[in-house]
Amino acid sequence: MTKKFIGKRVKRNEDPRLLTGQALFVDDVEIPGMLHAAFLRSDYAHARLLSIDVSAARQRPGVVAVFTAEDMGEDWQPGPPLVSPPPTAKDVIFHSRRQVPLVKDKVRHAGEAIAVVIAESRYIAEDAVEDILVELEPLEAVSDLEKSLQEGSTLVHDDLESNLAAHLIQKKGDYEAAREKADLVITRRIVTDRGAAAAMENRGIVAHWDEKSQHLTVWDTTQAPIPIRNGLAARLGLSANQVRVIAPFVGGGFGPKMMMFYPEEMLIPWASMKLSRPIKWIEDRRENFYATTQERGQNHDVELALSRDGHILGLKDVFLHDTGAYDPYGLTIPLNTQCHLMGPYDIENFTSEVSVVFTNKTLVTPVRGAGRPQGIFIIERLLDIAAKELGIDQVEIRKRNLIPPEAFPYEHKIIDQAFAPLVLDSGNYWPVMKKALDMIGYDQFVKEEQPRLRAEGKYVGIGITPFIESTGVGPYEGARVTVEASGKVFVATGVGTQGQGHFTTFAQIVAEQLGVAVSDVRIVTGDTTEFHWGTGTFASRGAVVAGNAIHASASIVRQKVLKLACKILETPEEELELECGLVRVADTPHKSISLGELALLANPLRGAVEPGTEPGLEATAYFGPQYGATAFGTHAMIIEIDPETMMIAIKRYITVEDCGTVLNPLILEGQIHGGVSMGIGNAYYEKLHFDENGQLLNASFADYLIPSATEMPRIEVGHVETTSPLNELGTKGVGEAGTIPVPALFSQAIENALYNRELEILETPLSPNRLFELLVNEEKSR
Amino acid sequence: MKPAPFEYYAPTTIDEALSHLAEHGYDAKVLAGGQSLIPMMNFRLVQPSVLVDLNNIAELSYIHPDESGGLRLGAMTRHHQVEVDPLVAELAPLLHETMPKIATSQIRSRGTFGGSLSHADPSAELVSVSVALDGRFRLRGQNGERWVPANEFFIGLFTTLLEPDEILVEAALPSMPVRSGCSLMEVARRPHDFALVGVAAVVTLDENKLCQQARMVFLSAGDGPMVAHKAAESLKGQAPTLEAIRAAAEIAASEDIDPGSDIHATAEFRRHLANVLARRALEQAFERAADNK
Repeated sequence: MTKKFIGKRVKRNEDPRLLTGQALFVDDVEIPGMLHAAFLRSDYAHARLLSIDVSAARQRPGVVAVFTAEDMGEDWQPGPPLVSPPPTAKDVIFHSRRQVPLVKDKVRHAGEAIAVVIAESRYIAEDAVEDILVELEPLEAVSDLEKSLQEGSTLVHDDLESNLAAHLIQKKGDYEAAREKADLVITRRIVTDRGAAAAMENRGIVAHWDEKSQHLTVWDTTQAPIPIRNGLAARLGLSANQVRVIAPFVGGGFGPKMMMFYPEEMLIPWASMKLSRPIKWIEDRRENFYATTQERGQNHDVELALSRDGHILGLKDVFLHDTGAYDPYGLTIPLNTQCHLMGPYDIENFTSEVSVVFTNKTLVTPVRGAGRPQGIFIIERLLDIAAKELGIDQVEIRKRNLIPPEAFPYEHKIIDQAFAPLVLDSGNYWPVMKKALDMIGYDQFVKEEQPRLRAEGKYVGIGITPFIESTGVGPYEGARVTVEASGKVFVATGVGTQGQGHFTTFAQIVAEQLGVAVSDVRIVTGDTTEFHWGTGTFASRGAVVAGNAIHASASIVRQKVLKLACKILETPEEELELECGLVRVADTPHKSISLGELALLANPLRGAVEPGTEPGLEATAYFGPQYGATAFGTHAMIIEIDPETMMIAIKRYITVEDCGTVLNPLILEGQIHGGVSMGIGNAYYEKLHFDENGQLLNASFADYLIPSATEMPRIEVGHVETTSPLNELGTKGVGEAGTIPVPALFSQAIENALYNRELEILETPLSPNRLFELLVNEEKSR
Repeated sequence: MKPAPFEYYAPTTIDEALSHLAEHGYDAKVLAGGQSLIPMMNFRLVQPSVLVDLNNIAELSYIHPDESGGLRLGAMTRHHQVEVDPLVAELAPLLHETMPKIATSQIRSRGTFGGSLSHADPSAELVSVSVALDGRFRLRGQNGERWVPANEFFIGLFTTLLEPDEILVEAALPSMPVRSGCSLMEVARRPHDFALVGVAAVVTLDENKLCQQARMVFLSAGDGPMVAHKAAESLKGQAPTLEAIRAAAEIAASEDIDPGSDIHATAEFRRHLANVLARRALEQAFERAADNK
């Protein structure tokens, strides 16, 4: 069936509000009598808390309260474990250690909160933070991943025998046997390091406990308002319906805002109840660098076994994963890494052993990509090395190993973040890669343009990187769709929104079923009073899981509309169509009734209705996928390097995405652009520099460099649609796709550009400085 | 990231501003464009108890020529004004070339000429450029004023000859001699970032097309503007061949500068970049000098 709304380049419903400053963000919330919070945070990464004296702070005019861990009494409790290790995996070691509201015994990472000041203004609160006298005994910090597991290392958690947080082995086939048969075995150490999510809006919370109504309202920059509500109710001894959590417009989530129960998220509502006053806390950028979760620190020792003709026989990977000071998020990231280590390739034999380690650094939870970029980086680097060693073209070696279209659904067999053996639902990979090659003019570039430019003394390189992205995992989401008497449609769903364009794509899904204008569909996301079942916006699942729940609800409403209209218009349902806000008889369009009139008729004020009738044109439905949908894509890039200054210029950037049914190409492209920007940051600009004492050396945007407009290339986006069989809309997620392959792509293109050097890039992120060091080393080793 | 409490004065004349400074001495800080001071206060890296805001002093904002064909700039002239001023383009091409390389247009619309010089950040372009151009600064206190050459004004990291009761009120940049050429080259991670290394070069040829004078001043290469004396000496009287330029760049990078290491660049990388940039800047400056008859 041709679609009228889905797949169209519809402009975003939410943009007029956002662009004119009319959208509500947490910091826009103003309540009479509202107080402001500021935190005392540790300067040390690892230290014993000896004493704390808050008396001077309490005496400062304008200070209402100062709380320490001691002041919280029984209410002081670590955060809840969010994700348990997969019950389906064998012999898993997992030590759950969760973040605490305020430091009680010892500090485990720089920036950990020790006390909170509540005052009449943020200025006064920050002044009072400086009044607090705290005595900390510095301890040796655990910073390096390998050293953390060495005998005699300082312990992040004194009650554990070592800094090992978790251990898991996953196997498929028989790697050792495959290795025996191999013509070539490549062995390398590959390292990935940390970056920040660096959302434009930092975290923020306003909590308002109303003593008279015994009701708590919390505005929170969370990606998961419903779990926050449920958790707060449990922790604060309230009924869930006494707590309303609103995630209003949020200026970027990227994963860290999915972390549940940051210390501040627990403390601000708790303090509001203690003081019976509304309290606001807005994280500042410096706090964000220390207190908001980060990702990507892993050390991999990998082996790739291949036959002479470039077929991968097996892959073995032993790696360390840095979880920071606590591990509330379980094994989500390393599981994602394991599931992406084989990339889009048909690999029969695989062994992966991960050791998760505690360090005295900020907590690690998923950041856009969530372990996937690491996996893709490793397999793609190994394939580039293999291509060189075997003398096979870098595209050809990939083509030979791609999972063929007839193999879908493809049993990947490795346990994924949803605890089930990963199955790749659908795909047709080569046409996507081919399209990227065509778009960038691969053959022409390699055969003609590159030699010509090289002759002119230019260093230009090309890269092409395919990748998979597991998306759209369960458990479920839901939505309620209501046709109002005005003829407009109201939709409520539980997921939060952080810029994804939900107000438009969700409206398109509804419009498709009900034949109303996209602008006549009003969406509310992330307000627990409007909808209180669901989990949140993460893992590239909004359009897949919430999207299909909305589709299901809208389909039911459509049936109700048709049923009622059939009676009123005295026409069989099959002859009716929903167009322009009307139900009309297909052959006689003047014979019609508006949705608004039908909604009124469905909710009569007087008279009798048939038994069993539900009022209104409304439906609530849920969707939970059998398992996650897996998207595919390929990025290609032409880069020029000044080999004297290590400065780069991206000349072309192509992405081709296959994320199933495209709901709105405009929004999809926006997602890709943002993702690529983050990926470019990961590849060449962004790196959190921790020293051996666990101190972060670049906790500001002056020193932590995110790509800006001047670094961003024009991105050309191509689409291929292989629908997912797992949901009615056929959608797959795309939220993280832009980011995942970029570090791998950069390495490939840089090596290709510096063609006269024996450069082998085995780490990400890079930087001009690091590239210079690598080249100096290369020169020395010649 | 809120500043500690402070008293705030917004005088409308220089005299009024100076009297506040005389009264509060070391406790006071002068606020010009605020592009460095305000973030530092918000980070609580500095906590002045008194802020004397110069933004309402109209008499500090101007660009005009002086009798000797040079340029006079009032301390509160915004970077953007300097950037677009036709007189600057005509009389001080190096400055004209430099302005767009300073930070972002947002910062340039607010940041001031005198503010950047008084802050004396060794990675600030104007610090090195004013030395390269042989500039002079007029400093004024309640007890009168004095002129200080740029190469004496900067005495260390964020440190100048300014007394706490003085304000840098004006900069004077002399005109360029004939057969002179200049260049500013820098490498920054992103165009608007502080440069990893930069260099301002000003060269003058004699009538025989030999190098009469070559001045290179590096930024982000030490505790202040780093003048490449030895490199300049090596070029004097030489024909500006590629060989001579390469040799001078090598001397400058290895002997004249003292760069440090940080997360963005090791000292080794900075010296390497200084070498590359010195070569490129000298080549361009000599080319321009040859054209500037």
